Amino acid sequence: MKVINIIGAGLAGLSAALTLAEKGIHSRLISVLPSERAQSVLAEGGINAALDTMGEDDTRELHFEETMRGGVMLADPAAVKALTDGAPGIVERLAALGVPFNRNPDGSLMLRSFGGQKKKRTAFAQSSTGKMIMTSLIDAVRRYEADGLVERLSHHTMIRLLIKDGVCAGVRVRDDYGGRLYDYAGTVIIACGGLNGFFPGITTGTDANSGMAASVLFAQGVKFANLEMIQYHPTTIGIPGKRCLVSEAARGEGGRLFSLKDGVRSYFMEERYPTLGNLMPRDVVSREMYSELRGGAETFLDMTGISDGTWENKLSDLREEIIHYLSLDPAKEPIPVEPGIHYFMGGIYVNTRHETCLPGLYAAGECACIYHGANRLGGNSLLGAVFGGMTAAQSVSGYRDRPRLTDGAFNGADELDCAPSEAFSASLGYMLREGLGIVRNDSGIRAALENVQMLGYGNAAERAKKALAEAMLYSALGRMESRGAHYREDFPETFEGFRSVTAAEYRDDAVRITFEDIGQGGVDNDKV
Amino acid sequence: MIKFEILRRRSASDPPYTATVSYDRDADTTVAEALTYINAEILTDDPVAWEHSCRQKKCGACAMLINGVPKLACDAWLRDYPEGVIRLAPLRKFPPVRDLMVDRSVMFENLKMLGAWLTENADGDTEGTAYDASRCLQCGCCLEVCPNFYAGGKFSGAAALAPASRLISEAQGADRKRLYGAYNERFYRGCGKSLSCRNICPAGIDTERLLVSSNAAAVWKRLFRRGKKK
Ligand SMILES: Cc1cc2nc3c(=O)[nH]c(=O)nc-3n(C[C@H](O)[C@H](O)[C@H](O)COP(=O)(O)OP(=O)(O)OC[C@H]3O[C@@H](n4cnc5c(N)ncnc54)[C@H](O)[C@@H]3O)c2cc1C
Ligand code: SF4
Ligand code: SF4
Ligand code: FES
Repeated sequence: MKVINIIGAGLAGLSAALTLAEKGIHSRLISVLPSERAQSVLAEGGINAALDTMGEDDTRELHFEETMRGGVMLADPAAVKALTDGAPGIVERLAALGVPFNRNPDGSLMLRSFGGQKKKRTAFAQSSTGKMIMTSLIDAVRRYEADGLVERLSHHTMIRLLIKDGVCAGVRVRDDYGGRLYDYAGTVIIACGGLNGFFPGITTGTDANSGMAASVLFAQGVKFANLEMIQYHPTTIGIPGKRCLVSEAARGEGGRLFSLKDGVRSYFMEERYPTLGNLMPRDVVSREMYSELRGGAETFLDMTGISDGTWENKLSDLREEIIHYLSLDPAKEPIPVEPGIHYFMGGIYVNTRHETCLPGLYAAGECACIYHGANRLGGNSLLGAVFGGMTAAQSVSGYRDRPRLTDGAFNGADELDCAPSEAFSASLGYMLREGLGIVRNDSGIRAALENVQMLGYGNAAERAKKALAEAMLYSALGRMESRGAHYREDFPETFEGFRSVTAAEYRDDAVRITFEDIGQGGVDNDKV
Repeated sequence: MIKFEILRRRSASDPPYTATVSYDRDADTTVAEALTYINAEILTDDPVAWEHSCRQKKCGACAMLINGVPKLACDAWLRDYPEGVIRLAPLRKFPPVRDLMVDRSVMFENLKMLGAWLTENADGDTEGTAYDASRCLQCGCCLEVCPNFYAGGKFSGAAALAPASRLISEAQGADRKRLYGAYNERFYRGCGKSLSCRNICPAGIDTERLLVSSNAAAVWKRLFRRGKKK
C-alpha cells in the first residue's frame, strides 16, 4: 500500500493530508507537536484572494501582478499565476469547511486592505485567521484519521531522509516520548515551516520550528534557494522570549506609523509614499523604520483613529494582546513598535509541482521557496501553504515509485539523533543577525561568515545547522544588489542581471552557491 | 530571588523527585522564560523537559501546574508570585512522559470518537459561537480541574465541548443529527455543570455560554439560530 510521509502538521501539512485523503491515498502526518501547536495558528491578519466582494473591481491578474511586484520579480511567474488563480477557490473551500470569516451585510466574504495591494483582497476572521483556518482543517482531516486514511504521529521528529539509488525512499523519525527511532518507507512531503531556530528568541514565530529538518535536508544534498531573503515585519513588540507580531491588519484598518525625535512626530510613510503610505510592502516599511531608528528616533504605531466598531468586530484579539503585553490600550494611545524577523521567503527549492531536486521528495509551505520571491506580501503565505500542500499532494498522487524499503523500528545508532545545544544555537543566531540585518554590506556579511566558520560543532546536528547558516550568508554575500528584503547598502540598486535564483547546495563538505534561471527548481518525477 | 521547585521524573516508569533551583534574575518575565534560562544556564547537562512552541499563549503546548493551578507557563508572570516560591508540576490527568511533559493524546482520541468533523458544507454561524469555540487550544487545563473527567472515560470534558460547539453551530443535514447524538453521549450526560472549567481556560473561552447554546441545540433541540426555527 502506498503511504505518503508528511513532515509537519501546520497548514501545509494538513492541506496535503486532506488532499491525499480525498483521493483515497494514505498518509502519515508526522510532527514534533500536534497541529494545534504549529506556527500556523499564530497567523492573524488574513488570507489573500481576488474575490472582489468589496466593489473595487479586483481581479486575479492584479493579485498576480502585485505578488510578482511585491516579490520584486524574483518568484516563478508560472507558479504565482497558479497560486493567484487558485486563491478564490481555496478561500471559498475554507469557508465551506466552517472558517468563521468576517462577512459583509450581504453575506459575502469581507476583505481588508493589506500591504503592497491596492485593492481590498484579504479575507479574515477578526485577527485570528490562522487559528480559525487551522481549527477547521484539523477537523476536516480528523474525519480521515477516523477512516484510517491519515495516521497521526505527533511528538515525532524527523531525523533524516532515507535515500536509496538517488531517490528519496523514506524517512527516519524519532518518537520523542520513548526516544526510539523508526524508518517509514514512501514518498516524503516536507512541510516543516520556517527557519526560526536560526534566530532564537528574536522571531515572531514558534520555537518549535527549529530549522533542523531543513538543516538535515541541506546536509543530505537537497538544493535550497534564495536563503538571503528574510522578511522583517515592520511592527513587532518585544515580549519574553520572542518578538510578538502586531498584525499588518492594524495598518490595513487605519493604523499609522510615525517616528518621534526631539518631541516632533513624523508620519514618515505617508510623507514618503503618498499612494500606499503605511501599506507599502514590508521590506520598504522595515527599511524606512530602520533608517528612522538609526537616526535616533523612536517608532510608533498610532491606532487611535480606528473606530470602536472596527476594534470590536475586526481586531478584538489584537487589542487584548497589546493591552496584555504592553499595558497600553492601542485604541487610546500609540504603541512603540520595531521591525522583527517574521518570514523566510527562501527555503527548499521546488518547482510549480512542488518537486525538489531529489526524486520522491516534495516540499510545501513556509519551508519551500516558490511563491514569494524577494519579499512576501502579507496574506499570501497562508494561501501559499494551503495551495502548496494541495499541489504537492496532487503531484505525489501521480508519482509512481516502487517500494525500496520496509517500515520498521531502527535499532542502530544514528549520528543525527541529537540536537544542537542551546549555547550553540544562541551563538549562531547572534552571528547570523549581525550579518543578515535589514541593511547589509560586504564587510558585515564576511565578518559573520568568518565567525560562523570558526564556530566549533559538537555533534552532527550542529554541523548540519552550521552548513545551512553558512549557505544563508554566502547567498547574501553573492547577491551584490538590493532586491526586496535583501538590501545591500554597498549595492543599493536592483540589477536585471541578478533576476535569478540564488541556489545553495552542500557538496563534498562545502557550500556551493550558483545563480540559476528562475523556474528551474526540482526534477520532474514523472520523467525519473 | 525566586525558588523553583520542579517535580521531575526521568521517564514514566521512574519515580518523581523534586529539583530545587534558585533564580535570581528579573521577575518581570514569564515562567516559560525562566525555565528556558534555567535549562540553558543552570541545568545545562540535564535540562527539564517541557513542551513549548508559540510563547504567546496561543498554542497550549506549555500547560502545566504552577503552584497547583493549571496554567500556561508563557502566561504566568513571576511578579505574580510574591511569596518567592514557584512549584512546577506536570498536569495530573494525563499519563506522564518525562519531567513536565505529559501525553495529551487522549484529548485527540476523544475528539475522534466524538466524530468531531463535518461531512457537509458548514452553514454559516451568525452568533459568534464558531469563532469563540474555534479558539480552543486543546491545552487540557479545563480537564485538569473538571471533577468528572478522567482519561479513558467516555465523558470528554470542556476540551471536547469547545470543538463540538463550533461544529454544532455550523452543522446542517445529517451532520447535525450525528453531532447532537455524540454531544449527548460524550459530553452532556457526564457533565455535572459545576463550571470549574469556566474560569480556568487560558483562552478565555466562556464554557458556560457554549454549554448553554449547545445544550439548547443538541439536547433541547431548540434551534436557536436565526432563521432556523422549525
Ligand atoms: C505571528 C505570525 C502571524 C502571521 N500572520 C499571517 C497572516 O496573517 N497571513 C499570512 O498569510 N501569513 C501569516 N503568517 C505566516 C504564516 O502563518 C506561515 O508562513 C504559515 O502558517 C506556515 O505554515 P506551514 O504549514 O508551512 O508551517 P507551520 O505552521 O510552521 O508548521 C510546521 C510544522 O512542522 C513541524 N516540524 C518542524 N520541524 C520538524 C521536524 N524536525 N520534524 C517533524 N516535524 C517538524 C511542526 O511541528 C509543525 O507541525 C504569520 C506568521 C506569524 C509567525
Ligand atoms: S461544567 Fe464541570 S463537569 Fe462540566 S466540563 Fe466543566 S468542570 Fe467538567
Ligand atoms: S477549553 Fe480552554 S482550557 Fe479547555 S482545552 Fe480548550 S483552551 Fe484549554
Ligand atoms: S508556548 Fe504556546 S501557549 Fe505557551
